[in-house]
Amino acid sequence: MNGAIIQFVDVHKSFTSANGTVQRVLKGVDFSINSGMTTVIGGASGQGKSVAIKLILGLMKPDTGKILIEGKDITTMRSRELNEVRSNFGVLFQGVALFDSMTVYGNVALPLQEKTKLPADEIHKRVMASLAQFGLSGHEDKFPAQLSGGMQKRVGLARALQLQPKIMLFDEPTTGLDPARSLEIYRLFHKIQQEMKYTSVIVSHDIPKIFNLADQVVVMHEGMAKVFNNSEDIQRSNDPIIQDFVQMTMGHIYQSRLENE
Amino acid sequence: MQIVLKQIEILGRNTLYYFYDLGGMGLFLLQSLSGIFRAPFRFRALLKEIKVIGAHSFVVIFFTAAFTGMVLGVQGYYTLSKVGSEGALGSAVALSLIRELGPVLTALMVTGRAGSAMCAELGIMRISQQIDALECMAINPYRFLIAPKFLATLVAVPLLTLLFNVVGIYGGYLTGVKLLGVNPGAFFSGMEQSVLNKDINLGIIKSFVFAVIIVWICTGRGFLLLKIRSTGFGAESVSRVTTQAVVLSSITVLLWDYLLTAMLL
Repeated sequence: MNGAIIQFVDVHKSFTSANGTVQRVLKGVDFSINSGMTTVIGGASGQGKSVAIKLILGLMKPDTGKILIEGKDITTMRSRELNEVRSNFGVLFQGVALFDSMTVYGNVALPLQEKTKLPADEIHKRVMASLAQFGLSGHEDKFPAQLSGGMQKRVGLARALQLQPKIMLFDEPTTGLDPARSLEIYRLFHKIQQEMKYTSVIVSHDIPKIFNLADQVVVMHEGMAKVFNNSEDIQRSNDPIIQDFVQMTMGHIYQSRLENE
Repeated sequence: MQIVLKQIEILGRNTLYYFYDLGGMGLFLLQSLSGIFRAPFRFRALLKEIKVIGAHSFVVIFFTAAFTGMVLGVQGYYTLSKVGSEGALGSAVALSLIRELGPVLTALMVTGRAGSAMCAELGIMRISQQIDALECMAINPYRFLIAPKFLATLVAVPLLTLLFNVVGIYGGYLTGVKLLGVNPGAFFSGMEQSVLNKDINLGIIKSFVFAVIIVWICTGRGFLLLKIRSTGFGAESVSRVTTQAVVLSSITVLLWDYLLTAMLL
């Protein structure tokens, strides 16, 4: 169960904008994520959180450094090997990225139709079961645009989980949801993770709410990553950058005990 | 001195972007072609795209062809009657439609109707991360999204061109024979004698080449949005890239029309 499943080794990444200025987003990022754990990658906007997710997925390549998934460096892989690695991933994108010209049913069934050889009735059975699990029964013929934000996230989650991924990546999963809905989504994450035992990586700026979910928090700041094992460590950190971050972005930290009741 | 260096720098950067862009489009074409031959084949998606690109273009092609043919009948009659050879109206109308106007106008109408739609659809899929989502599911987006559009355009554009020719010739018949009184026998027999297999082949070759140009440029610009030199963000980038794709595709069609005519005359 243990052992690093995702590792960043001295990763650098910079972007050149149209007018020629170079922006260095990651300047030597090092951290590792252990199998079966929940890691939250936090930090203010524009500190490279989404870039980190794109690097893990191989949608972007770093300028220098290695990214190891289960010990294999994905930065030097050919597209066929990369596709094999990607089949371990489930992703919930920031904007959910549902296929908006397909129905809810079509979206959730797509991974099964494309990546497995299951017969149509078996796919139908699984999709309906999973829609029921996420409280989406009766909505299968609707299009994503006809659903509320929270429901879209649940459809995205159902789609991402169809192929039983080993690693789930959540990019800002609560963007655009009100506090009650975000809590509901986080509870759902927790429940599903206990059932399916995947490694979960959550990129989020609202760290306080998800402290009770996280085994490890990675704070991105000025192109560097700092790793903490629990919320007290972050609050007690005497690093001035982290203290600033705590005061600016976190304020009040939620008590996990109250949450669990 | 500073200003001169700055200008050289801008020139160099634009040149680099230009080649980067061209290379991106070239790779896109290769990937799309290989996507066509990858299993599993999406037959239903192909049928749907043929319906969207082909069947839904029927009305616009019909009216464009009818009026083009009618204008050709009137203009041809006016010109030919000056030299007293109204009898050649049938061959004049048929040859100009089959060799030239049929393929070109069909290609331009399809670019405007279906090409712009393909480009905008793919552009929106790109900016809303739907293409990223496909890649993350290890579903090849070239096979899944581009291949059906590619094949559908290759099927639809030549068929629409043939439809254009037929409707156009009847348009010319309507004005030339029914309205202006050209002898119907002369109209059709002149056509029969002057239109050769060579002319029909030229028209068909053109329509296939134009189909490739339309689908390549329109899907490519939309698919590669944000990957090549960015022209803005969000909805604005989609609208700009769609305009760009339609203009580029229309100009390329006209350019290749000239080249093919010159080469295959």
